[in-house]
Order: sequence, then structure tokens, then C-alpha cells
Amino acid sequence: MKYEDAIKKYDPVIGIEVHVELGTATKMFDAAPNTFGGGPNTNITPTSLGLPGSLPVVNEKGVEYAIKIGLALGCEIAETCRFARKNYFYPDVPKDFQTSQSDEPIAAEGQVEVELSDGTLVTVPVERAHMEEDAGKNTHVGGATGRIHGADHSLVDYNRAGVPLVEIVTHPITGTGERAAEVAAAYVRTLRDIFRALDVSEARMEQGNVRADVNVSLRESPDAPLGTRTETKNVNSFRSIERAVRFEIARQATLLEAGEKIVQETRHFHEESGETSSGRPKSDADDYRYFPEPDLVPLQPSREWVDRLRETLPELPAQKRRRLLAEWKFSDLEMRDIVNAGLLEAIEDTVTAGAKPSAARKWWTGEVARLANQEDRHPTEIVTPAQVAGLVDLIGQGKLNDKLAKEVLSGVVAGEGEPAEVMDARGLEIVEDTGALEAAVEEAIAANPDVVEKIKGGKMQAIGALMGPIMKATRGQADAGKAKELILAKIGV
Amino acid sequence: MPELTNSSALELAAGLASGEFSSVEVTQAHLDRIAATEDDFNSFITVTDELALDTAKAVDAKRSAGEDVHALAGVPVALKDLVVTEGVRTTAGSKMLENWVPPYESTVHSKIRAAGLPVLGKTNLDEFAMGSTTEHSAFGNTRNPWNLDHVPGGSSGGAAAALAGFQAPLSVGTDTGGSVRQPAAFTGTVGVKPTYGSISRFGIIAMASSLDQVGPMGRSVADAAALHELLAGHDPLDSTSLPDEVPGFLDAARTGELKGKKLGVIKQLRGEGYQDGVRDAFSAALEVAAAAGAEIVEVDCPAISYALDAYYLIMPSEVSSNLARYDGMRYGLRVEPETGPVTAETVMSATRAAGFGDEVKRRIILGTYALSAGYYDAYYGSAQKIRTLVQNDFAEAFASCDVLVSPTAPTTALEFGAEAAADPMALYLGDVATIPANLAGIPGLSLPAGLSEGLPVGFQILAPAREDVRLYEVAGPLEAALESAGGRVLDTLAEGLEAK
Repeated sequence: MKYEDAIKKYDPVIGIEVHVELGTATKMFDAAPNTFGGGPNTNITPTSLGLPGSLPVVNEKGVEYAIKIGLALGCEIAETCRFARKNYFYPDVPKDFQTSQSDEPIAAEGQVEVELSDGTLVTVPVERAHMEEDAGKNTHVGGATGRIHGADHSLVDYNRAGVPLVEIVTHPITGTGERAAEVAAAYVRTLRDIFRALDVSEARMEQGNVRADVNVSLRESPDAPLGTRTETKNVNSFRSIERAVRFEIARQATLLEAGEKIVQETRHFHEESGETSSGRPKSDADDYRYFPEPDLVPLQPSREWVDRLRETLPELPAQKRRRLLAEWKFSDLEMRDIVNAGLLEAIEDTVTAGAKPSAARKWWTGEVARLANQEDRHPTEIVTPAQVAGLVDLIGQGKLNDKLAKEVLSGVVAGEGEPAEVMDARGLEIVEDTGALEAAVEEAIAANPDVVEKIKGGKMQAIGALMGPIMKATRGQADAGKAKELILAKIGV
Repeated sequence: MPELTNSSALELAAGLASGEFSSVEVTQAHLDRIAATEDDFNSFITVTDELALDTAKAVDAKRSAGEDVHALAGVPVALKDLVVTEGVRTTAGSKMLENWVPPYESTVHSKIRAAGLPVLGKTNLDEFAMGSTTEHSAFGNTRNPWNLDHVPGGSSGGAAAALAGFQAPLSVGTDTGGSVRQPAAFTGTVGVKPTYGSISRFGIIAMASSLDQVGPMGRSVADAAALHELLAGHDPLDSTSLPDEVPGFLDAARTGELKGKKLGVIKQLRGEGYQDGVRDAFSAALEVAAAAGAEIVEVDCPAISYALDAYYLIMPSEVSSNLARYDGMRYGLRVEPETGPVTAETVMSATRAAGFGDEVKRRIILGTYALSAGYYDAYYGSAQKIRTLVQNDFAEAFASCDVLVSPTAPTTALEFGAEAAADPMALYLGDVATIPANLAGIPGLSLPAGLSEGLPVGFQILAPAREDVRLYEVAGPLEAALESAGGRVLDTLAEGLEAK
């Protein structure tokens, strides 16, 4: 059954677990550096290796970041909460338990406003955000696929073991209907933007800083009880999230149509095919034997601290969009295009650097985007907001017209310097010498008597035919408005 | 009996300070004594001669150079082999860590090193501190110096036997349910279980994290107090470490008075299941205390009747999680399965099957069961509630008494092979008087209170949390009163050993 048919017949319910690695200097429970890369097993201490006798100590910065995330999601911050041990045997878990939070998360019950590409707003209910530590990383050697199956041995790197994570779990997201897949991706993107705005993580999907597990279930109608869900683990790009949800909805609908049952299980997403495959059954057989971590004391973030963090919370992406929309007086559509193109920050910075919002928008979404597109790069990678503001300023001063400005821009992109430098070096500044312009105008009039007649006859658009020769004579630096004025004056219209 | 090994730690400290003898002489005397007696006692898993003598030399050099040194500098000490020692094999009494040499240092050993106490070696214990006889060690039984046919108690049996056997003047043990106090009682020595958080657990191989506490041990109350002062203090590496200033324990032991002190005898801890000889010695000690001016009252702590049950749910639960890391993946024993595929899972399984002894496996299984989904509330959850009730009972009792007292254990040291020694349930019952203090986090001390049929009887004192100083205020003068009434218990043994 195709996705389009599946969502007509069934009501999809999704649930998303997002893990974000916090950008603290050290790990969650020990002093080992929290950095990406480095040789295997170099960022470790006795505690991150779980050596006998080692003990954890809570990273206060990690707690601060978790509280900030909780606040940004509108959650209640617990007055007291505890860490818990999640017990399971696996080589990349040094203590064979993960220090996490179970029934006492640091933040609970919030919501995230998610904007879809057409501007539709969806509110995603958040159940909780809790702190935990990451595991190490296994590498399976000797097999053809790099998977554990067929490998002859495995290597474990504990550099990542103990890196602070915050896991954000949604309540079941209902009522999204045909937009379920889109909502899933937009939600994770929104969280990513929030993490960046809060400066709690680099939040780079491709580095695994943000990872999503996507739960999907189908039911006959919105009134029916929730169906059996599957959990697709570690879907690590926005596009993959959308594809995974679409695939699962179609797959589950096909099974239900055939009268079969959905198996509650974890599934893996395959980037190449866009399909998910069965992982391991997830059922009551999973017993993590959670109990409060006795090596740590309960965490009691003072209300003063929480209030202070609340006050210093930066403007969040959704708030910012609303504020800028009002300040810049763009249309909703214009604003959405900017956001979807990832140009909001660039335009904001350009405006801060002195450009008018409309001009900043025009250049970023127009010529800059066109040049970037040619090179398959993002506009912000080829010029800076300061450069665009400089270009706009030269236009405002009358030193450049749009056509010349485009030439200057291409010079800036080519690395020839700042806009003013490129303008000077290429000799593109608009000629202020009216004598030269008058001469060119007179020459054009003399050479095109038929055009002059047309103008005299009231065909104003014929002026364009004179502009070509004038621009040619002035090497394009003539001010078109001034040239037009002169033509009309000279032929006495 | 050579004079140096028969001296108390504080006598040795005084002699070292006055230059009467050197630390090398003191240390060598103890190493010689160990060499001469280890075949009998088997107190040590590892003897660290070179390390001890190096430390002794360094301290002697500092003293001759007139440098300031710690009051206990140069006085040898033995460490239970649960204390991590960087560069020195640390086994936890288990085959699992038979060849494990720690790459880092524990806070306890750091303090001992910094103070310049020569470490004689690592003492024997029940595997991962689980047991009360030291029979559950992968390194053989330790025998009680009082009678080699009897157990020294446990799990700090090696630490206690080293003291009673005059192999070491000071020992560091650990106490999760009585593992310092009970062997102290069985060997006629002094063992202290401080308030939870008094001494750092960083680098102490964990058994049950919420109950484990390092305990100073000596042949006198003052020696234990001096060692407690050295080891206590806040450690940022242990989140459960108390921020408190360390009070003058030694001073309290020396100047404390029984006069006007109210001793509460715990009703639940002197009745059924106690040997007559233990009860008699305990009563006699109470009379001595009363004669010295103490007021003796009886207090009721009903929740204590459930303490043992709660302990045997909480302790194994934490054990099952703390000992999960011994999986053959990173350090210690690694065993591959004899048949079938070699995968992480089969190696973990084979390693744990081969590396752990029966008692450890028994507790891991108990704890795994108690924490399982569907049982958690009934077992672990209920046990935590009892824990709170025990704390409340103690709080109420301490509202009317300065300290609480009881026999340390219901019996004297059991004979090897005795029926009780082979029955886990009977052994668990032996912890009935010591466990409540661990559940409540309060401090306790055991000191010798005479003999019963030639074996020592222990007298336990309990104080409110963070009031460890009260233990010494009472134990100091009580020890003195008991010694003037009936002589020093260990002298009996020393004479016996000399006669041999």
C-alpha cells in the first residue's frame, strides 16, 4: 500500500525520541574531555572506563544545559530528581549499566511549536527531557559489511562513553494525518534550531550530535485506541526521518490490509533504499532493572538558579521569526521562503549591518542565491552579511546600480575583496560627469532619428532603444534615470 | 613477642617521633612477623615488602632532615584488598581480578601515602566483601589468631587477623553490613564503621554503594580514632562524601567520660539466638559502664526486626549492578567459551561463570531478581521503606540516649566447617546487629568486651549520623574501664602466642 493511500485509510500516530549530545567541556560524570575525534580510547578516565572503585560526579554544566533545554520546551523543571541505572550488558557500555534518569526526569510536560513548509503551525506535546550518558562505539572488523554479522572481531572506543546527552521524548503526536512524516522531520529540525539558539550543542546531525528514534503506529480512526508501534532507531537526517515515517506508515498499512499484526519491535533505517528492516523484538522481555543510582545524590536545582536560567534564555527561533516578521513587514510567504532557504540569520545580520530589510532580502534570495546555486553551495558560504550590506550601501549612495552591483558581487564571490574594493579595482563606479553623459545622449539622439520620432509621437518605451548605445558609450556606468531625463529634455518632450 | 609488633600504633608513633627507633626498624619487624606467621594466618593476599620499606626509608629521611611529618608517619598499615592501590595488584579477593594492577589511585591510599604510612600489604577478604567468614576468598581461608580452627570473621577477616596476629598495628577495612565490626569482635580488636560519607569511597571497589563505608581498625580505640582522623574528610571525587570538617576523634577517645552518658540497650538485639557467653560478656561490660557512671536504659527499635530482610534485598540489588562490569571486555579475567561461537555475550557469560565464586553469584542472582520488572516495588521498593523506618527508629532512640549499644555479633568466631558456617541463612543472621547501622547510615564501633570460652566477644556502640565523635567519647573510657576490670583482651592472646 502506498503512503498516500495508507494515510487516507489509517490515522497515523507518531512519537519521537531525540538524543542531543551536549557541548560541555567534559563528560557528564567525569573529567575526561568531551571532544569529537582524537585517537581511540584517548578521552577517558577510570570513571569513563568503569574501572573497579571509580565513581561518578555530576557535571554541573550538563545539568544547566538540560535545564535550559527543558525551559525552552516549556517544561516544568523538577525541584528534585534522581539519576537511575539502566542495567544491560553490552561491550560499549563500560559499567554494563547506563546512568540515566527513569521515573524522575529533570524536565517534564512541555510543548514545541513546529512550523511546516507552508506555514502551518503544529504543536508537539513533550512528555519529558532527561539526562543520561552516551555509550562508546563498536567497530566490527573482518566482515564484508562492517556489521557485527560476519565480523571476526570487534573494537571498542570509549571516547564517547560518558558524553552528556539529553533525551527528549514526545507524547504520542496525533492529528497530523497526511502530514505525519513532514511533522516528524520539522519537529526534529525545530529542536535542532533550539539547541543551537541555546548554544548547548553544535547540534550537527551528520556528526551524530542529534539522533532521532521514530515511533509509528496506525489506527483505524482518531477515536480508536493506539495501534502497535514500531521504533525505528537512529535516523540521522531530516530527510531520512521523513522517509522512514513514510515507509513505516506504508509498510504497516500493507500488513494491516492483509489482516496481519504489527510486531512491536525496533527497526533499522537504510539510507540507500529508504526502507526499514526488523531489528529486535521490543517487548516486556526488555527489563533494564532500573533503580536509583546510589553513587549520586538527588539533584535539587534551586529555584533561583532555574529562574536565572529562564531570564537568560535567548530568543528562540519561533519567537524570533514572529518578531522579525513584524519588524521587517514582509509577507508571510516571503518570510517562509527565507526561513526555508536558511537565510533568516544572514538577512538579520545584514540588516544589523545597516541594510534595509527589503534590500537585504532581495539580494540574498536573488543574485546571491543564484550564484550560490551555480556552485551548489549555500548562499551564506559565498558572501558574508557585511559584504551584502556593503553592496546595498553602495547602491544607496548612487555609486552602483543593480547591474553594476551584480558585477561587483561576482567579484566579491571570486575573492577579489570587499564590495568597495572590487568596484574601484574594476572601475565600475557610476559616472557622475554629466558632460560625458550629455555627449553620449546627444550622440545617441543624432544616430537614431527614427527612435526620436517615436518618442515624440508618445511611445515612451522607445527610450529603451536609446539606452543601449548610451550605456555602451559610458561602459554601463551611466545612471539610467538621469540619462532618461536628459533624452526627454533634449528632444523637448 | 617482640616489643615493636606488640606496640600500639600511637606508641609506635611516639617512638618514631622521639627517635627511639626508625620506621625501617618498625616496618621490618612487622614484615618479619608476617613472614613468620603467614602460613598460620593467611591474612594477606599480597605482601608489599619493597613498597613498605621504601616508604619507611623516605619517612626516616624526612624526620632526620627535620621536616614536618604526619603524626602517624612511619607507622605501618595493612589495606583490605578492596582498596585500589595504583601499581599494586588489587584483587577484591576474586579470581576475576587476580592479576589486576590498577592504573589509578584511591583517595584512601593517596591519604595514606601522603601521610607516609608504610603499606605492609593487601589483606584477605571474602570475595568482593561478600561474606562474614573470609572463607569466600579466591585466595584461601584466613585463620583466626585466637584459634586457627576458627574463622576470623569477615569480610575484613584478613585486616582483623593481621591486627590480632600482631602482623600490623593498623588496618583499613570496609563495612557494608558489619564487615569491619564483626571481624573486630571475632578477633578482640577495635573496628569502626564511620557515618556513611565520612571516608571517601573513591577507589574502594564497590559492593553495595549505598551501604559501603571504609572503616579504620586497630588494637585500641585510640589507634582506630587516629586512623579515622587521617582517612576522613570531604572528597570531591565521591558525590556521597560529607562536607563536614573532621573532628578530633583521638582527642575524644582520650578525654571522653562515661559519667553522665546515657547508653541505650537495643531491646531487639540481646535476646534470642545470642550465645550465653556473648550475653554474659555484654552484661558484664554494661555493669562496668554503669559503675563508671553511665546510665543504662533499654530502648525499643521495632523496625530493626525487619532490617535484615531489607538489607538482603537492597545489598544484592546494588551488587547485581555494581558487579556487572566484570565482563571480560576491558580488564581482569577473560574466559572464552569452550564450545560454540565466541561472541561478546558468550565471553561475558563464560568469564562471569569462571570468575565469580558461589556467594557472589548467589547475591547477583538475588539482586537481579529483586530488581526485575514486576518485583521492584514489592522487593526493592519495600526494602527502601523499611530503611526509612529503621532510620526513624534510630532517630527516636537517639532523642533519649547518647549512644545505643548491643553485642556486635550473636556469637563468637565460628569454627571452620561448623554447620552455621556452611549455611548461608545462618550466616546472614549473624549480621543482625551490625546491618541496621549501614541501612541508617549511622556510625558504629566494636570493641572487645572479654572472652567467652577463650574467644573474644564484641561490644557495639552506635551513634547518630555525623556524631562519630560520640563513639570515641564512650569507647575510649569504656575500653579503659574494661581493661582495668578484666585486663586487656589481646594480652591474653599475646601471652598465649609468646608461650608457644
